[in-house]
Amino acid sequence: MNRWALATTGVLSGTIGVALVVRVLANLAQRLPIRYRRSGESWAFIGPALTLMSAILIVPGVLTVVNSFRDARSERFVGLDNYRWLISDAQVRSVLANNLLWLMVVPAFTLAWSLTIAVLADRLSGRWEGIAKSVIFLPVAISLVGASTIWGFVYAVRPEGRDQIGVLNAILSALGIEPVAWLLEPTVNDFALMAIMIWLETGFGMVVLSAAIKAVPSETIEAARIDGANERQVLWAVVLPQIRSTMLLVYTTVLISTLKVFDVVSVLTSGNFGTDVIAHRFIIELFRFRDYGRAAAIVVVLMLATTPFMWLNYRFHRREDLTR
Amino acid sequence: MTSQGSKRMPGRRRRHIIVQRCVLGCVAAAWLLPTIGLLVTSFREKRSALGSGWWTAIARPFDSEWTMENYSRVLTDQGMGNAFVNTLVVVVPSTLIPMTLAAFAGYGFAWGRFAGRNVLFVLAFALMILPLQITFIPLLRLFARVDLQGSFVAVWLVHAGSSLPIAIYLMRNYMASLPRELLEAARVDGASHLGTFWRVVVPLSLPAIASYGIFQFLWTWNDYLIALVFLGTTTDREVATVNLAEMIGTRGQDWNLLTAGAFVTMVVPLLVFFSLQRYFVRGLTAGSVKG
Repeated sequence: MNRWALATTGVLSGTIGVALVVRVLANLAQRLPIRYRRSGESWAFIGPALTLMSAILIVPGVLTVVNSFRDARSERFVGLDNYRWLISDAQVRSVLANNLLWLMVVPAFTLAWSLTIAVLADRLSGRWEGIAKSVIFLPVAISLVGASTIWGFVYAVRPEGRDQIGVLNAILSALGIEPVAWLLEPTVNDFALMAIMIWLETGFGMVVLSAAIKAVPSETIEAARIDGANERQVLWAVVLPQIRSTMLLVYTTVLISTLKVFDVVSVLTSGNFGTDVIAHRFIIELFRFRDYGRAAAIVVVLMLATTPFMWLNYRFHRREDLTR
Repeated sequence: MTSQGSKRMPGRRRRHIIVQRCVLGCVAAAWLLPTIGLLVTSFREKRSALGSGWWTAIARPFDSEWTMENYSRVLTDQGMGNAFVNTLVVVVPSTLIPMTLAAFAGYGFAWGRFAGRNVLFVLAFALMILPLQITFIPLLRLFARVDLQGSFVAVWLVHAGSSLPIAIYLMRNYMASLPRELLEAARVDGASHLGTFWRVVVPLSLPAIASYGIFQFLWTWNDYLIALVFLGTTTDREVATVNLAEMIGTRGQDWNLLTAGAFVTMVVPLLVFFSLQRYFVRGLTAGSVKG
C-alpha cells in the first residue's frame, strides 16, 4: 500500500473506526440486564483507550521489569545481576556521574535564568516584553535534533589560523584565544551539551513563571510599597514567596526531561568523549550489545529515579491548575 | 505586577528601566543568534559557507553569493523531501488516534457511572511515570512477531498509546468541569450517552481537544527516539528528524547542507508556533510532564 493510502486508512480507522467501535459497544450494553446497562455504556467509552494503553504501556512495562531480572536473551533468571552490574561497572558509573552533573546544573540554571527573564520582562511595557518573550520562547517549538544542529554549528571548530565559522570560536579568535573543540574536550563538552537543553527549556520556564508573576495580587505589592519596601524587597519578600509552587513546577519539569535526555547526546557526540548519559546507554545496550537484561535494568532505574519527581510535579501542577 | 508607565518617573528608576531593557534585549538577541546563523548559512554557497563566518555575509549581503541549491540538494539527494512526507504520514494519525480515543475515555471518566471509576482514572494517569523506553524491548519483539516491525502502523500505535495517559487526564478534567445542568438537560430530552457526547460535550470541549492536538502534533513531529527505534533509518521509512541526525553523522562538516536540512525539519513547528501560540502555550504547560 502506498504511504498516502496507508495514512488515510490510519486516520479513518483511528477516528471513524474508533467511534464505530464505541457505538457498537454502547449498543451491546443496551442488551445487558437493566442494572448493568449504565456501567456497560460507560465501559464502552473507556474500553478502546484502556485496551491500547494495556497493549502499549502496561503489559510491556511489566515484561520489562521481569526481563530486568533475566539474562541478555531474557531466557534465564539471574536475580539482581543486572542491577549489580549497574552499580559496579566503572563505565556505567561514569555515565551515572554524567547524569548527576546534568541534574545538578540544568534544572537549577534553567529555573534561575527563566525567572530572571520573567522578572525583567514583567517590568517592561507590553510591546517590548512581548517581542523579547516570543524570541526566547521560540526554541520550545524546535526539536532537540534541530536544536543540536543549530548548536553544533555554533560550536564548529577549525584548525587555528583558518577563519572560524562557528560563532563561539570566532569570538575567541577575535580575542586572540586558541579555538576550543567544544564537543570533544572532556567536561567542556558536557557543558556545551547542557547549554542546548537550557536554551530549549528556558522559554517554557519563562512563560509559566511570567503567568504566575502576573497573577500575584497587586494589593500585596502595593501594601509592601506603602510600607516603604524597595523593588528588590518587593521581589524577594512578596512576589517570589507567592510563586514558589510554580518555581518548583518548573524545576521538577525540567528535571524530569533532563533525566531522560537522549537526543542531544546521541546526535552530537554519540556518547563519546565522556558525554554518555543513561538514556543513551540504554539504546547502546539494546542495539549494539543486544543485552536485554541490562537494558531493562537501566530503564527500570530510570523509572524509579523519575517517579518521585513526577509525583511532586503532579502536586505542584494541581496547585497551579495550569490545565484550565 | 503592573509595569510602570515611563512618564513622571524619578530619574533613577527610568535609568533602571533602560538598563533592564538593554539586558533583556541582549538576552533575546543571544537567544536568536544561533537560529539566525542557521538560516543565513542555509542560503550560502558551500565554498563561502565553509570559508567564512555567516556574519560576514550579513555584513556585506550584496557581495555574497546566495543560493537555493542547498535546499534542493537536501530535499532530493539527501532524501529529506521523502523523509518530510514520512513525518507527515507518522504525525497525522499519531495525533488524531489518541485524540479520538481520549475524548471518548475522558467522557467516560468524567460522566460515566461505574464502580472504581476514580481509582481507574488515577491509575491511567499514573502510567505517565513509565519512561517511553520501558516499552521498547517487549514491543519490538511483539511487532516482529506480527510482522509490523519498522512499519508506520507500529509507530502510530506507540505514539498513540504512550500519549493516552496525559490525553485522558486533560480531557477528563476539562469535561468534568462542564456544567452538570447542560448534560442533564440533554439526558432529559432523551439523549443517550453517545448523543450527549456528540451534541453537547464535544462542541464545548473543543478548546481542550485543540490544545492537546497541537501539543501532540508538535511532540510527534519533533520526536526522534520513537521514530528511530520503531521505524529506523532506512531511506523509505525514516522521518525528518532521523534523516537530519543521520546527515549530521555522515556529512558532519557540510554546514551548508546541515543548516538547510535543519530548517526543513523546523519549518512546520515554527509555523504552528507563530500561528497558534496561545493554544500552544496552554497545551505545552499542561503536557509538560510527558515523555
